[in-house]
Amino acid sequence: MTSNYNETLERICVHLRRIAGAGVEIGADTNILDQFALDSVKVLDLIMEIEDEFDVSIPMNLMTDVQTVKDLTQMIQRLESGE
Amino acid sequence: MDLLEKFDAFVAGKQELLAIKPDIFGTPIERMCSATEAIIGGRRILLAGTNNYLGLTFAPECLQAAHEAIDNEGTGTTGSRMANGNYSGHRALERELAEFYNCKSAIVFSTGYQANLGAISGLAGPGEVLLIDAHCHASIYDGCRLSGAEVIRYRHNDAADLDRRLRRLGDKARSTLIIAEGIYSMLGDKAPLKEIVEAKNNFGSYLLIDEAHSLGVLGTTGQGLVEEAGVTDQVDFITGTFSKSLGSIGGFCVSKHHQLEAVRYLSRPYIFTASPSPSNIASVRAALVLLKNGAELRQRLWRHSGRLYSRLKELGYRLGPVVGPVIAAQVDTPQQALALWTGLIERGIYVNLIFPPASPQDKPLIRCSVSAAHTDEQIESLCQAFAELSAFASDTTGGG
Repeated sequence: MTSNYNETLERICVHLRRIAGAGVEIGADTNILDQFALDSVKVLDLIMEIEDEFDVSIPMNLMTDVQTVKDLTQMIQRLESGE
Repeated sequence: MDLLEKFDAFVAGKQELLAIKPDIFGTPIERMCSATEAIIGGRRILLAGTNNYLGLTFAPECLQAAHEAIDNEGTGTTGSRMANGNYSGHRALERELAEFYNCKSAIVFSTGYQANLGAISGLAGPGEVLLIDAHCHASIYDGCRLSGAEVIRYRHNDAADLDRRLRRLGDKARSTLIIAEGIYSMLGDKAPLKEIVEAKNNFGSYLLIDEAHSLGVLGTTGQGLVEEAGVTDQVDFITGTFSKSLGSIGGFCVSKHHQLEAVRYLSRPYIFTASPSPSNIASVRAALVLLKNGAELRQRLWRHSGRLYSRLKELGYRLGPVVGPVIAAQVDTPQQALALWTGLIERGIYVNLIFPPASPQDKPLIRCSVSAAHTDEQIESLCQAFAELSAFASDTTGGG
């Protein structure tokens, strides 16, 4: 079943908050790379967790289009709906 | 920003590291003395970070073959295999590699890096899937990128995670190439190959194993992990390098599938580069014979590896999970890694210093590679140097 946008966003934010640590505010417009000072390997590890959370495959190639949490949320929604 | 400004910013950020002598990024070797010693900074240094697992770089058979090839065929081919660089030695080595693995096809590439780049980008393309272990080498990641295929990672050495990701792919699992390594270069751990083969068989996928660090090291005849695990005939593609156990430069891909031959015509890293020089090929052919018959070399290599691993463990160094010729000590900070590396070079020992993100778990590594050419005394010197620096050992899990 496809999740709605807000639910998907919140589920992604749970993973981001865990690695971001206390005091970092996370929202739809948060830039994943800039805000968390994540290197590319950490982002790829995060993606494996998100894949398991939503039971989808996120090809690394698609990540070049992802800047913000909103971008990632929309991508998950597209993958869940089979686009 | 000006095109070149970013380089100034990069160098400024690395001033502290670049000021260290000898240079930690490309230590200047003044002269090689043997497979295990070199002159660095005017001093004779014991080399324990070379990937020269069987110690064949000075084997008389390899030297003679290389000398003869230079005399008879010249210093280089000056062209691609697809043009003027397809010599009898290249074709003979491909036949010998195919025979070694009891495979139908073999392709020789100009470097090990290009073997992965060329094989992966030739085998998979847009609309197909590459499912790779998260700890795979940069050459595999770059091959994946060049292919244009969809790239998905599975958790390092986790066959259950691989199985889950294959299941998720549905019908696409049949057009999926799984990629893993025999021995992983950072921590020296081995792929759970039997379980990976089982997963790929269950889903009708294909499997490529990179034996770069395990060729010559594992298996009765040195084929690598495929032989040790008894699955050589079930693995679809095997890549490897000539620049470690075979003591030269170049790489290969072998396969039980005759379709590998077609990759020659589709692989840009194979087509658009000069073929290996005749002397490289000749020394590899001689080294391959020594490798196949190298049970004694492997015995010595594993004896040395076991000794160094257990001694470092006793001293409390935090090591990879299994004994092997790649023995990496993990430390917590770059400063600790630098101090340990510097302490070792001051004591006449060269090892590899690796920083994240190249090293896993966000921790720097001091990586040793053991060689069959090391003497018992050299291994003892190595152990002694680590013992003198054991303040950097930080394993609190009861290693010692």
